[in-house]
Amino acid sequence: MTSAVTISLNVNGERIEADVPPRLNLSDFLRDHLKLTGTHVGCEHGVCGACTVRVNGEIVRSCLMLAVQTQDRSVETIEGLSDSGEIADLQAAFRERNALQCGFCTPGMLMAAQDLLKHSSQPDREQIREHLSGNYCRCTGYQAIVDAIETTARARAGRLP
Amino acid sequence: MTSERVNAEMLSALDRPNSYIGKTVARPNLDRLMQGRGLYVSDIELPRMVHVVFLRSPHAHAKIRGIDASAARHMPGVVAVVAGQELAAVITPWVGVLSHLKGLKSAPQSAIAIDRVCWQGEAVAAVVAASRAQAEDAAEHVSVEYEELDAVTDMHTALDPSTPVIHASLGDNLAFERNHDAGNVDQALADSDEVIEAEFVFGRHTGVTLEPRAVVADWNAAEARLTIYQGTQAPHMVQNIAALHLGLKESQVRVVCKDVGGSFGIKVHIYADEMATYALAKLLRRPVKFVADRVESFNTDIHARDHHCKGRIGVKRDGTITAFEIDDLTGIGPYSMYPRTSAIEANQVVNLVGGPYMTRNYRARARVVFQNKNVMCQYRAVGHPIACSVTEGLVDLAAMRLGMDPIEIRRRNLIADDAYPCVSPSGLRFEQLSHHSALAKLVKMMDYEALRAEQAILRAKNIHRGIGIASFIEVTNPSAAFYGVGGAKISSQDGVAVRLDAQGSVICQTSITEQGQGSESLTAQIVGSVLGVSMDRVRVILGDTDNTPYGGGTWASRGAGIGGEAALQATKVLRRNILDVAAAILQSTAGELDIVSNSVVNVVDGAPRIELSELARIVYFRPDTLPPGVQPELMATRHFVPREYPFAFTNGVQASWLEVDTETGFVRLLKHWVVEDCGTIINPQLVDEQIRGGVVQGLGAALFEKCVYDERGQLTNANMADYLVPMSGEMPDIDVGHVVSPTLETELGAKGAGEAGTAGAAAAVTNAVNDALRPFGVTITEIPLTPQVVLTALGSI
Repeated sequence: MTSAVTISLNVNGERIEADVPPRLNLSDFLRDHLKLTGTHVGCEHGVCGACTVRVNGEIVRSCLMLAVQTQDRSVETIEGLSDSGEIADLQAAFRERNALQCGFCTPGMLMAAQDLLKHSSQPDREQIREHLSGNYCRCTGYQAIVDAIETTARARAGRLP
Repeated sequence: MTSERVNAEMLSALDRPNSYIGKTVARPNLDRLMQGRGLYVSDIELPRMVHVVFLRSPHAHAKIRGIDASAARHMPGVVAVVAGQELAAVITPWVGVLSHLKGLKSAPQSAIAIDRVCWQGEAVAAVVAASRAQAEDAAEHVSVEYEELDAVTDMHTALDPSTPVIHASLGDNLAFERNHDAGNVDQALADSDEVIEAEFVFGRHTGVTLEPRAVVADWNAAEARLTIYQGTQAPHMVQNIAALHLGLKESQVRVVCKDVGGSFGIKVHIYADEMATYALAKLLRRPVKFVADRVESFNTDIHARDHHCKGRIGVKRDGTITAFEIDDLTGIGPYSMYPRTSAIEANQVVNLVGGPYMTRNYRARARVVFQNKNVMCQYRAVGHPIACSVTEGLVDLAAMRLGMDPIEIRRRNLIADDAYPCVSPSGLRFEQLSHHSALAKLVKMMDYEALRAEQAILRAKNIHRGIGIASFIEVTNPSAAFYGVGGAKISSQDGVAVRLDAQGSVICQTSITEQGQGSESLTAQIVGSVLGVSMDRVRVILGDTDNTPYGGGTWASRGAGIGGEAALQATKVLRRNILDVAAAILQSTAGELDIVSNSVVNVVDGAPRIELSELARIVYFRPDTLPPGVQPELMATRHFVPREYPFAFTNGVQASWLEVDTETGFVRLLKHWVVEDCGTIINPQLVDEQIRGGVVQGLGAALFEKCVYDERGQLTNANMADYLVPMSGEMPDIDVGHVVSPTLETELGAKGAGEAGTAGAAAAVTNAVNDALRPFGVTITEIPLTPQVVLTALGSI
């Protein structure tokens, strides 16, 4: 096997140095090496969206990215977004609307939702549904998730839900 | 409301000040899941834990000539490579039959295949290594020599004399057959003005839980005890089965179930690879972890449906339905699944067809055949979508033939709301259903007449929209009639233990489990309401055979109705016990006292007398100050199982509004409505979300989901890119309404709601598509309704 590569990156604001096999994908690195198990692995081929994280501010599927590709980059996971308070309002809306059941898709769903809300201040329901189409949920039927994101968008735009 | 309660005790137990019953409150466990701080089995790591990867058969049917693992054993990190015979020394095989399904047969199945593989994906060897990646590397160096055998893949020819018999010892490929004949079907059909026939085809599909199946099994040789961490719906069932086949006592097996990433019936079974993982832990004397990858999930998670059902309906000119007749055929793979068997779905189809309607004439045959495909078994709403699609499809075809509105034919035939209790032609006992109230509510919610007008206007513009209606019944709260009577050690009762701790908080241990339905929340709501404490003081513990009462778990829509009733009864006892102690402390009587908002108060004026925290302090730390002879019992346990009715049937009706693009064959869902009746509603939001999630799983079956096998038994779309599931962009908003007919068998009055959405969604969609295509004179009775199916029906391709 190819020998390990030393990488240096920033994860949730913390500087990380690690020796990783070149073939190791980012989701396995986060879960198995850093024990950040909030990033979930649902399909391992880039379809379900459960492993969505942010790299340098953009959402990526961490099962389709190699750990070595994160050299000198900043990676943010659901644990980081939760602790910083960045998505506290979105999480509160999910809680109020019961926009999760088993919760396995939820970290990726919150990542994707926050990405939409950052790029579009007042998305309509169709835009929300379209943006989430790369994140599968088998429990909710999506409506509650769309409701929660719509509520958060309105609140952030300074309007009452 | 179709039923009124006059039970005074119920009023005191549930309709109390600050009751949470009937209120939307947020589930207590959500923050953990939203912050990525849950604990799914795939997250668990233990000291000395190793990972197992299963080498799986590429053939649907083949003899195993030999396995050479010598190279693999020398690969980095490899701990062991174990084949079927070696593992058989640790774990015994099983046969998935139940005695109440008369004639059901199956062959012994091993944890890892011995000598022969019977479906593509069956495990032939286990490769155990320090990491999953190392195990996968090594698996590539295990060489297996196969001799391919003829694969039985077509259910229609499975019983032909020229078709090879998969298990010679069974004599043929027929696993199970049930015949039912009620009333006089031949006479009824002969007397009918119209008899309509159709053949309904249902694709094979699967649950696609977002977290694949996962197990960590930890054998502690010193304690002679196996701890199984598994995402399961039924921990005590797993405990029983694991002990049975590993030669252990149940007390030597503990099953722990933390967070579960989706279940839907997929995780209510015990799979061969899970058995193998338990056995490997015992064999290797260390923790072994198995997490299926997505390809394995498609090839080994139970599949469901895959029915071909011929149906006939007779009607009079006035719309009266005279009879139903069905002939159902389903293929279940090479083995009946263990321990719940693979005959239940076909059995349910026979039970449920025609269920909402008055006719007494009903004949059914169901045959279940073996095939060399992945095993089939119970998935959400077992049998319901088949029965509902056949029944409601036939009713709509009859209405179409008679030129009658689909609402009107249902009004004329649904069992009257005041006709209960009654028995269906298949022998089901209905305590109280509300088909007519539900239909009336649905018609109002969807503004049926306005939609019809809109449809007519658009049709003139060559836009083809359709309305589909589907009434349904749903099996919930199963008693021992489901599995226990057939010899399966799957508990139908559940238990709850509830106790007041030293600071006045409440710990509640329940045998039902949580996979996101809200078991934890509804339990806390009931305990909080009955006891008079706030929900944030109630901590619910579930999913641990060492630390909960014995019980069935969460499946078949039984958690709220059975586990909820046990919680109610246990809490009533605790409340009485607390009031007895309070009376002793306060020199009062229990009858003069109540508990409200975490304090004991006077019944008369509501004045606070003593806080629960203070009462608990006295009980636990200063019992010496209590009057002589007072022994407080601040913990109470109660169990519950339905005894009067084998199942608490619920009912409902769904409607779909959609548009068919006759050029491309695409179906666009515009809106969906559901009215259902699950009895007492504990948390309206949780019920509605169960319905919506269930509907969307039904919509997946209606439009997208299908496991596509080729004629050699190869699954050709075993990945998420090729196997389509509903995505947010193509799903409609779903409006949910309720009629409330509580079951009188329990004080709580709750029935289940987990299957309702899935039961009727596909039928509503198919009826709507046929309604949309009415100008073209074609009807489709096959799901999924892919563009190919639609265009083929239209004669375009």
